[in-house]
Amino acid sequence: MRIKGKGLIDRSRSIPFMFDGVRYSGFEGDTLASALLANGVRLMGRSFKYHRPRGVLTAGSEEPNALVTVGSGASQEPNVRATVQEIYAGLEACSQNRWPSLNFDLLAANDLAAPFLGAGFYYKTFMWPKSFWEKVYEPIIRRAAGLGALSGQDNVDKYERAWAFCDLLVIGAGPAGLMAALVAGRAGADVILADEGSRMGGRLLAETYEIDGKPGHVWVDEVQAELEAMDNVRLMTRTSVAGVYDQGTYAALERVHHHDGRHPHGAPLETFWRIVAKRSVLAAGALERPVAFRDNDRPGIMTAGAVRAYLNRWGVSAGKNVTVFGNTDDIHRTARDLLAAGVHVAAVIDSRHDAPLSDDYPVLRGAQVCGSSGRKGLEAITVRRPSGEERIQTDCLAMTGGWNPSVHLTCHMNGRPTWRRDIAAFVPTPGAVPGMVPAGACNGSFSTAACLREGIAAAGEALADLGVKLPEVAVPEAEDTPYEIAQLWAVPGKGRAWLDFQNDVTVKDVKQAAVENFRSVEHMKRYTTQGMATDQGKNSNVAALAVLADATGRGISETGTTTFRPPYAPVSIAAIAAGAEGRGFRPQRFTTSHKASVARGAPMIEAGLWYRPSYFPKPGETTWRQSCDREVRMVREAVGVCDVSTLGKIDIQGPDAGAFLDFVYTNMFSTLKVGRVRYGLMLREDGYVMDDGTTARLGQHHYLMTTTTAAAGDVMKHLEFVHQGLRPELDVCFASVTEQWAQFAVAGPKSRDLLNGLLEKPLSDEEWPFMACGPVKVLGVEGRLFRISFSGEHAYEIAVPARYGASLFDILAERAEALGGGPYGMEALNVLRIEKGHITHAEIHGRTTAFDIGMGRMVSQKKDCIGKTMSERPGLEEEGREQLVGLKPVGESKQLLAGAHLYNEGAEPTRVNDQGYVTSVCYSPTLGHMIGLGFLADGPERHGETVKMVDGLRGVTTLCKVVDPVFFDPEGGRVRG
Amino acid sequence: MDKLIAKNPCEGLLPLTIGSVTLTEEEPGVMTALAPYKGKEKDLSAALKAAHGMAYPAPNRATGKAGSRAVWFGHGQAMLMGPAPDASLAEHATVVDQSDAWAVVWIEGEGVEDVLARLVPVDLRPAHFKRGHTVRSLLFHMTASITRVGDRAFQIMVFRSMAETLVHDLKTAMEGVAARG
Repeated sequence: MRIKGKGLIDRSRSIPFMFDGVRYSGFEGDTLASALLANGVRLMGRSFKYHRPRGVLTAGSEEPNALVTVGSGASQEPNVRATVQEIYAGLEACSQNRWPSLNFDLLAANDLAAPFLGAGFYYKTFMWPKSFWEKVYEPIIRRAAGLGALSGQDNVDKYERAWAFCDLLVIGAGPAGLMAALVAGRAGADVILADEGSRMGGRLLAETYEIDGKPGHVWVDEVQAELEAMDNVRLMTRTSVAGVYDQGTYAALERVHHHDGRHPHGAPLETFWRIVAKRSVLAAGALERPVAFRDNDRPGIMTAGAVRAYLNRWGVSAGKNVTVFGNTDDIHRTARDLLAAGVHVAAVIDSRHDAPLSDDYPVLRGAQVCGSSGRKGLEAITVRRPSGEERIQTDCLAMTGGWNPSVHLTCHMNGRPTWRRDIAAFVPTPGAVPGMVPAGACNGSFSTAACLREGIAAAGEALADLGVKLPEVAVPEAEDTPYEIAQLWAVPGKGRAWLDFQNDVTVKDVKQAAVENFRSVEHMKRYTTQGMATDQGKNSNVAALAVLADATGRGISETGTTTFRPPYAPVSIAAIAAGAEGRGFRPQRFTTSHKASVARGAPMIEAGLWYRPSYFPKPGETTWRQSCDREVRMVREAVGVCDVSTLGKIDIQGPDAGAFLDFVYTNMFSTLKVGRVRYGLMLREDGYVMDDGTTARLGQHHYLMTTTTAAAGDVMKHLEFVHQGLRPELDVCFASVTEQWAQFAVAGPKSRDLLNGLLEKPLSDEEWPFMACGPVKVLGVEGRLFRISFSGEHAYEIAVPARYGASLFDILAERAEALGGGPYGMEALNVLRIEKGHITHAEIHGRTTAFDIGMGRMVSQKKDCIGKTMSERPGLEEEGREQLVGLKPVGESKQLLAGAHLYNEGAEPTRVNDQGYVTSVCYSPTLGHMIGLGFLADGPERHGETVKMVDGLRGVTTLCKVVDPVFFDPEGGRVRG
Repeated sequence: MDKLIAKNPCEGLLPLTIGSVTLTEEEPGVMTALAPYKGKEKDLSAALKAAHGMAYPAPNRATGKAGSRAVWFGHGQAMLMGPAPDASLAEHATVVDQSDAWAVVWIEGEGVEDVLARLVPVDLRPAHFKRGHTVRSLLFHMTASITRVGDRAFQIMVFRSMAETLVHDLKTAMEGVAARG
């Protein structure tokens, strides 16, 4: 019911919206909850477990009941709090957790079964048969109990992440926060003021308080205008600070476009902020707690503060005939505000025996509400007095059990709050978060004047830390009513009295937990699920632990709270991960030949961050194998071209470059001649193989190291570590030049013919023998040439500055094709290297030593190197170790599979009989059958033996002959020819 | 006769203007990584000054001016951008050609700090990150070099191979800022 002349809404702007398919209208400034209440809608949801009809309980982000789904299809958003969602033209919201409709919910049958569904029900009931949990019980429970649902489609909304920095972050823009921001702003500090509401002011918008003789909201507007005019102050509304982290880092969620439903191009729905602040003031206010009594969850029963907020801020009376119940003077203020607005107050039920009386409304002193009735909305309450019970007709009960300071953020770094008996509430423990000062209601100071004073003081403390002078600030005049409370948690009696509305946890459940010896507050929470829902127990924690304290005969302080963890308010995963979905997960690295490869139809595969061509299909080829086989034959018989730019290239220079390389490689590099390349093996400090590659000596003090594609970054890091940490005395510098050079392998018997057309001088074996390197001019451009080979063929790698990469690839591919060859991809590259027994990270996978891969002799005995001592540990070079071998099928099955294990021919394929495993396999078009590399116990001594390959997963058994890992051209004649 | 054709890292991707911010590809000229030999930092700085008119930059600083700049580039190294390195530099430092290794872009306009605040975890506001300041940090998921080169202008560098991701990430952030009006 809308009250004439009340509220801070713009009545000149009527806004239509839909709820559960029905069209309503509200005003600019309304939330969905206030607009529904104004339209007389009290039933807004169904409870989590029992499907009880529920209405709105609060007017803020802590709302446990009125959760709705906004929108439909891919952008559907479940579990939106109606108290937070602002209305806009076209808003479509639906209730949740009901079937077929909110009014008629078949699952409300759960409520009838309530005696069987109490705390621990699941744990006790669904234990057996064991297999039923996953298949039967869980799906049923998930359907019956729950919140809203996701659409199952990809989210179409854009989300964003951002950073912000400031001297002082003020969290909350109520009287304390505004005052703190004003003081710090005037002092010239760099301030961010964040508030979760759509409008600054906090409780000042919900109450009828005056400040300096002006209505509270007018004072708010004036302060806000002054702050807006300051360059050093940033105001962030609709921004919930949700988490506190190390070194002054705060997480905050800004709701950018939830309130208007607009989607301008590129606009985010939400922005996830990480705010780094030197100091912070917490002015998060307080949350009102309900009182537990029988059936205290009917639509129409809400907190007194919410009733005042709907009245004063939104001009809505939550009922026509209101009753008020509680234990502080707030209930009298509620009654006065309602009366002043012309709403009938049926009774004020004050649990305190010494409560003030009134001439304007009946006050029942020392009384408690002990029950309620009304199926889908409140119709009457039952009041218990020493003289007996009395039934009062009412359509709205405003209740209060006192206020809980919002201490949550002060606990995010493992702080625990302190119990204050005088206000029956927990307050922040000083110093709980370094650099954060709590002020106002969140600090247990509830009067407006106290909030203003503490706001100034907190800003002063922060400014002093920052070395900024505190400006002269007068404390505005405001009410300073003392807070007088008599503890009231639960009204005794039969039936179910709700503590946690969202998770349907009652007083009885908490008591049952205590009876079953779940006496620790953390155990009680897990057993009953109290405080585990999206409101994270904001409405129920303190009352629940007070009931537990009572049930276990301990004090509240001794019982303690559960742990408040981030986030304070729900944060969507989409916002936290904004930009990182799909391909945004990591950067994409493209070679200079990428477009040309794609244009040739090559499927691109990921290699680390890089994209590399898998194979280059030709017309008529229908499988990758056909393309791969052709590309292998092409390299063996003519010439192939392959982009190898992705391999790491590290430029190493300095007078001690040779000595440094001797230290990081197992073999010698200081003795390498200028103009020559050597294969190198690198160990980790623990003696296992780290990486391999070739290193070229370009000058006396100048080397160029290559690494595998996958390990490029790790090797660079390793070199830096070794230099900075272990050998700082060596004068050597490195620079990654991976990106500077586009490099292509030109491999095959016709490779020299191909290159001769591009270089200034024809190549000869005398000047360019195997493993030679040096500068060349490639079509007039300064380049580098290396006569190295991964394929085992007469081959080169040619490098030019990356700007020419695309052009050179086109020329090389075209010329190769003219010679009967062409480009080849990763599949063919892999086959070529397996045929030659060359290793990759499939073999040097982190658990193999130089000894295992047959390179034990490459660990030089003439010098020390990283990993050498550790590689000599007992066990790393002994008999029985699995060592590299080649495998070829000899039995009926011709199939080899990587990952399969090896057993002796007659042995059972069991763990104890394991003799090794297969690491790389391929079909060799050169040899006409499958070949594989693997590790076999004492492998090198077993060439010629037959072993059994068993792939237990894929159910394949193949007899294999153990052979030398070099299948093709073992003498290496082709590479030199 | 075939001829090698040069391509820029951001070819076909830039320029781009969204709202008040413009993103263009920078042609930095020759880029040379300089890493002073042991104890040679001062000598290198003197040689740089004599040959190219700027000192060897301190950490997080860039020296010189548009067209001829030395940008601190991490532990023990700087990037000389613009002039071909004078031969004298090689006496004091390793000199490595990096002209083709980096995609270099220039981002400029009202609100450019807001765009970068969506990608870079460093306070780049004018009062804290002034002209001549530089940082090696992250730009979303990529390591980058970021230098303030004007009141509302930054030079950003990432690996050449990541040019497409760079433009994509900046474009997304520019759209987000522009949509706020």
